[in-house]
Amino acid sequence: MTQRSRPLSPHLQVYRLPLTAVISILHRMTGVLLTLGLILFVISLSKIKTGEQAFSSMQYFIQHPLTELSIWLMIYALFFHLCHGIRHLFWDMGEGYEKILMNYYLILELFGSIACTGLSYLFVHLPGAA
Amino acid sequence: MSYQTPLAKARGLGSAKKGTSHWWMQRVTAIALIPLSFWLILFVKQLFHGSYADITHWLSSPFNLVILLSWAFVGFYHGALGLQVVIEDYISHEGLKISLVWLIKLAFFTGAMSSLVFALHIVISVG
Repeated sequence: MTQRSRPLSPHLQVYRLPLTAVISILHRMTGVLLTLGLILFVISLSKIKTGEQAFSSMQYFIQHPLTELSIWLMIYALFFHLCHGIRHLFWDMGEGYEKILMNYYLILELFGSIACTGLSYLFVHLPGAA
Repeated sequence: MSYQTPLAKARGLGSAKKGTSHWWMQRVTAIALIPLSFWLILFVKQLFHGSYADITHWLSSPFNLVILLSWAFVGFYHGALGLQVVIEDYISHEGLKISLVWLIKLAFFTGAMSSLVFALHIVISVG
């Protein structure tokens, strides 16, 4: 009996996900993560509301390297979600479905989100323009 | 026995419910969040390097306050719509699913209201 190569079903545990699928999952994961960011935003407002001392201790806390790293990862998640979200908006308009361009758009949005995060980092930490 | 017509019964069983408006509002809020999110970075700069006087002064500017609160409101709305989809996708038990969606919506509404009240409190006390 000859072995014929039949199409395989993309079973999740043995199937190497294409990069576009990984990005799609990351979009959802960053979305869920960012709702945590909204809560952190409300907490920061609440600290400012409580008074100068509460604000100062929060500022001391967020300036710790590990806290700051988590904040910037969160901001990167925001920009990644934003950039991939823009691609979703184009998809909704029926644009950007060319298969050969999928990875090109992907690099574009990864580059865009890194650039936005980097520029934000510079803006936040460079003196002036507050 | 039920006097419901088969069509009415089928309509009642539909899963889409308010699917179209959900989908549409997800997009509308997404577009609004593109420019609004950059305002968050201005706020983060204040959080890292501003003095207490700086950040309260920054928040007291009506423009900053309106944009930042709009970001928070639209963000909470967008987040609630998004989490609803995630819950609907992964939780098959109908009762648990509905309860969680309600819980998320209530919690996010409370979050949006809290940000409004806290911000107003800051602005009024700085006066």
